[in-house]
Amino acid sequence: MRIVVAYTRRMLKILRSEVLVLPSRVAVLVFVIAILALPLVTQDYYILRIMILTSIFAILAASWDLLSGFTGQMNFGHALFFGVSAYVTALLNLNLGFPPYFSIPLGAMGAVLTGLIVGIPCLRLKGSYLALTTLAFPIILMGIVFAIPGITGGELGLSGLTKLTGSRVNDYYVTSILMLVLGGIMWKITDSNTGIILHAIREDEVAARAAGINTTRYKLLAFCLSGFFAGIAGGLYAHFMRLAGPSTLEIGLSFQVIIWSVFGGMVSIYGPIAGVYILNPFMEVLRVILDNFPSLPEMRMFIFAALVLLTLRFMPEGLIPWLRDKVETECPRCKVRNVAFRRSCRICNAAMT
Amino acid sequence: MIVDILIDGLIKGSVYALLAIGFSLVLGVARIVNIAHTALYMTSAYLIYVGTKMMGLPTIVSMVAAVFLTILLGLLIYNYFIRPIQEHEAAMLISTIAVAMMLQEVFLMIFGGHYLGVNPLVRGYLTVLGVRVTNQHLLALGLAIIVLISTRFFLMKTRTGLAIRATAQDREVANLMGMNVNGVAMITMAVSVGLASIAGAIVVPLVTVEPTMWMHPLVMMLAIVVLGGLGSLEGSFVGAYILGFSESLVVFMVPMGSFLKDSVALSIMILVLLIRPEGLFGVSFEEER
Repeated sequence: MRIVVAYTRRMLKILRSEVLVLPSRVAVLVFVIAILALPLVTQDYYILRIMILTSIFAILAASWDLLSGFTGQMNFGHALFFGVSAYVTALLNLNLGFPPYFSIPLGAMGAVLTGLIVGIPCLRLKGSYLALTTLAFPIILMGIVFAIPGITGGELGLSGLTKLTGSRVNDYYVTSILMLVLGGIMWKITDSNTGIILHAIREDEVAARAAGINTTRYKLLAFCLSGFFAGIAGGLYAHFMRLAGPSTLEIGLSFQVIIWSVFGGMVSIYGPIAGVYILNPFMEVLRVILDNFPSLPEMRMFIFAALVLLTLRFMPEGLIPWLRDKVETECPRCKVRNVAFRRSCRICNAAMT
Repeated sequence: MIVDILIDGLIKGSVYALLAIGFSLVLGVARIVNIAHTALYMTSAYLIYVGTKMMGLPTIVSMVAAVFLTILLGLLIYNYFIRPIQEHEAAMLISTIAVAMMLQEVFLMIFGGHYLGVNPLVRGYLTVLGVRVTNQHLLALGLAIIVLISTRFFLMKTRTGLAIRATAQDREVANLMGMNVNGVAMITMAVSVGLASIAGAIVVPLVTVEPTMWMHPLVMMLAIVVLGGLGSLEGSFVGAYILGFSESLVVFMVPMGSFLKDSVALSIMILVLLIRPEGLFGVSFEEER
């Protein structure tokens, strides 16, 4: 009993002195609580469906950021990992009858393997070459999918997978908690030594190599890690939609991932997640609003594109970093973040200018 | 069959060459990966449709008007949405994607997803080696080649062309030599969009006009530019014909070919990159300073 009290006290202390002092940390806390508490507020079938898809895409966008934002390996074909995993999961589930908790990790392993296969030719390429080459892979795969409809189901895809779990609320909890956990893991990776090396590769690969880092190995590692997380998203998607179709490989999805991530703010795992959680529900709200005006032509995607264009025109760093810079400032002496209205740093007491 | 493949490949190659040269000019001079490039090509096609079918203008007039309007649109987009965020590469990239999506959605809203067509400029056909080739195909081929040659002349022989090439080679030094780099970028954008819209005008009688017609040329164009080497004009030219011919070969010869045409073209690109990472004619780019 005493241990519990002691731990609670320590938790509260951390909460007060570390979390509540910064608006961004409070925002993350509120976000996590809101995600976990949503089914208590509403169990609407449609809302939960949107939130499940949002959390799946949040994993995907964060995994893109791990590869393209942190390591600087601009990937235009992130749908490849998503699609490969969706198809592998579907094939395993349909042909061998694997349950979801078994087929999704195997699908993710398939995506890791793809990451290796794609990563090896891509190691020699840089910048725009890399971006444009990675764009090619999902399109090649899509051509193959269409050409052998016997195995892949062609244009219709593979349908009739086992349900993720029995009920909608359970589905929601599985995907949302996975999103939070995987997001946390990715954030931890970028914060670790490995993450710093990935950072260094993006900033100056030659310098990183000169410092004795095997950049090839780390770039491949980034491809595999990113493929793994994107693969889990793909497997979840296949089991949730009970369908793995060519739409999981489309250029549109690859572009969408980049749009979400850059809109939310690259090189920060929370940015892409926030980007998805803002844009995806917004699109659905927009659909509901526009349904009230049946005379209008279909203009959802137009509004979406215009919104993205205008946001980036005025906040080219992305939405979340822009907001964060508004409410927080960095101490000039010890580089610790503070609330914008503080006069002196909360750690070293230096005057904030 | 062989003549079919030859004509088809030549036309496709020429159109891709027009698109790819424009794209790699902008990439070289302004460092913009302009995803909206083929969306502007689509814009010109739609404007020609509006001119000929809705307003009843003669085809030639509407083509010229469409080219100028598209150039104007491209410059406006560049000036107000791309240039202010030039320092942020990713944001610039997304902005061009967003522009392309907006154009697609605008056409979807106005015209719906229907397949539209434009009357050919000339009618009738010639018989070449026992195969019927419409005059429109021959005209398209001739026009494309004329435009390609004049682009080459413009880039190689005029002072403006020299400025464009110099800026593409080294932006900073060009700036130090007293060139107005932003002005050059503006001109380059105009030339590039002009090439895209001319390509649109050339192919519009041969293809169906629909709101997603920019996707396939986009993929091919990106593959060509990478295959030929980024920023290399000869590379874009040669790459365009390689991929143009391979596409028509696959479509005509392989069963299920129309599904595999992208896959084959892109596999060729990846194979070339495995052997030569900087593309066929590419000089490995100096790191940006």
